[in-house]
Amino acid sequence: MIDLPGGRSHLLPKYVLELSTKNEKGATVAANTVQPCSNTEDDPITAFVSETGGLMHALNALQARDGYIDAALVPKLAKAFNITKAEVKGVISFYDDFTKAPKGKHVVRICQAEACQAVGSRSLTAHTLEKLGIGLGDTTPDGHVTVEAVYCLGLCATGPAVMIDGHVKGRVAPADLDPILDAAEAEA
Amino acid sequence: MSRIFIPLDSAAVAVGADEVAAAIAEAHPEAEIVRTGSRGMHWLEPMVEVETAEGRVAYGPVSLADVDSLLEADLMAAGAHDLRLGRPEDLPFLQDQERLTFARCGITDPLSVTDYETHGGLEGVKKATGMSAEAICQEVMTSGLRGRGGAAFPAGIKWNTVSGANADQKYIVCNADEGDSGTFADRMIMEGDPLLLVEGMVIAGLGCGATKGYIYLRSEYPIAKRVLGQAIEQAYKHGLLGDDVMGSGKAFHLEVFMGAGAYICGEETSLLESLEGKRGQVRAKPPLPALEGLNGKPTLVHNVISLCAVPTILAKGGAFYRDLGMGRSTGTMPFQLAGNIKQGGLVEKAFGVTLKALVEDFGGGTRSGRPVKAVQVGGPLGAYIPPSRFDMPMDYETFAKIGAGVGHGGIVVFDDTADMAAQAKYAFDFCAHESCGKCTPCRIGAVRGSEVMAKVIAGENRETNLTLIEDLLEVMEDGSLCAMGGMTPVPVKSILDYFPEAVGRGTAKGGE
Repeated sequence: MIDLPGGRSHLLPKYVLELSTKNEKGATVAANTVQPCSNTEDDPITAFVSETGGLMHALNALQARDGYIDAALVPKLAKAFNITKAEVKGVISFYDDFTKAPKGKHVVRICQAEACQAVGSRSLTAHTLEKLGIGLGDTTPDGHVTVEAVYCLGLCATGPAVMIDGHVKGRVAPADLDPILDAAEAEA
Repeated sequence: MSRIFIPLDSAAVAVGADEVAAAIAEAHPEAEIVRTGSRGMHWLEPMVEVETAEGRVAYGPVSLADVDSLLEADLMAAGAHDLRLGRPEDLPFLQDQERLTFARCGITDPLSVTDYETHGGLEGVKKATGMSAEAICQEVMTSGLRGRGGAAFPAGIKWNTVSGANADQKYIVCNADEGDSGTFADRMIMEGDPLLLVEGMVIAGLGCGATKGYIYLRSEYPIAKRVLGQAIEQAYKHGLLGDDVMGSGKAFHLEVFMGAGAYICGEETSLLESLEGKRGQVRAKPPLPALEGLNGKPTLVHNVISLCAVPTILAKGGAFYRDLGMGRSTGTMPFQLAGNIKQGGLVEKAFGVTLKALVEDFGGGTRSGRPVKAVQVGGPLGAYIPPSRFDMPMDYETFAKIGAGVGHGGIVVFDDTADMAAQAKYAFDFCAHESCGKCTPCRIGAVRGSEVMAKVIAGENRETNLTLIEDLLEVMEDGSLCAMGGMTPVPVKSILDYFPEAVGRGTAKGGE
């Protein structure tokens, strides 16, 4: 085990590398990924049609299952919910959580909001992006890591805060992220 | 058998509470480890408590590297160690608070109904089952409770409106889309005492004649999602939820509804749209959600903390709650100390406490040790306030007088390295990112504001561009459909007023 200064060894990527699971399509799904309310065994497209706000459940379920919302599913969703394709697309594009393309194997979300700005999240973000050679919201060319903005994780007294594959980390210094990013990048 | 308490709160888990719990469990498999909420002293997290004959003794902040030495120091018998803090209740940070809503948070097992009841839970709902709907609403009216989400609307009026509406179906919707930076009170109570929220919503159901409730939860809170789900399961098992709530013969059903990363869904009509499976676009009011809300039915929409105040109001009476606080700001407010702060965390106090007491006495100044430059109160739509105004008491009216707001009670501290012009630009950028797009002043105004502020920062025609910004702020404030565009001017204006040197102007308002 690598030792990090200041008792920060807990930041090592044991969650990142051990607790993430692969779904049937091979996309990485973080162990803590938010699952929809119910009926996860059924086809997400039809499972929630009779529930209030069922389209949100369906899209959350599809995003969790596939890692993105496949454009080919839009007509099926429109038919199931008896709305237009434009309405389905409108909902997908409105919410940050729904993406049209798969993300990297590991997703690092760095808080960009005020409380984390006050303790250095801007330099943490710059350091991370520079190290990976990508922009905010981008994925490394090898598909290993996506870095995203997030606006508040509710860890405002223990910032800067990041979420790595669904797991929260607080008081993160740039040097703390390096071994995590290195391990994620080195992973085959 | 030794009992050890370690928080499952996100703020503790984010700094290693799970790993510390695992290491202690490995060394002492016989010990019972209870995963509690957080006491709200986040600079001491992960905080580990051990039960002794004299009460609990706390250690913190405990990193994984400290566990061996803690165990050698006989943690199980509360032995001496550099990280030993003594009894948590004796620490000044907790001693000086008035905890009603957060009375149990950090103490009880969030998922144990028995623990909840032993520590005063369920008293409110038991009283409510023996009261008429009118009497329940009257108790809330008497308390003077105002919405804790930010708008501070009198809760009793909302309750009466929903209660008096005739409909075959009414709803209670909890707004748990806590997106304001610097706030985490909703998250803490949902993770640390979720049954309190369930009880508050059940009472609201009884008072308003609603049988179905939704907790609209933001997806950035996966731990809250897990804990709430388990707590609701327990509540059904113990008859707090179901077809016959606490033997009252009345039904109340509750589920968690997951959002998908849109700040605007914290606005109540946008939240309702999202809850109906649509884009979270703001609705024009009227009709009021209290009369035509979810699925067009009468709906009581309340923030988490508003609903969590209700069990106390019913248990101790509306008058007890009303007698705390100052003026028309009655009761207690969980203030959240965040950002660059030495002792960050949650302080529940009656209204009237000063910013100075919160930032300096409770908070101990900045984490960096540098002087405070500004605090932003009330989230991204809140004002930046300089230390010269720190004698202001925290109450709705005092803040309204200077064009600021208490909001959801978040206080974000910045030290003297903060770039206030950048913060002003950020206010526009955030609005541009989160605007629902329905009204023009917000959708276009935010983008233009950011562009013009960039020119100000670059020193391009400064005075002309600042005049343009002031004009734009007026349009956004007066012409936007909801608080997103309508209050984005608040932080920007406060920077122009109190930190004019940041944008190349003369001296601050008030001459300091």
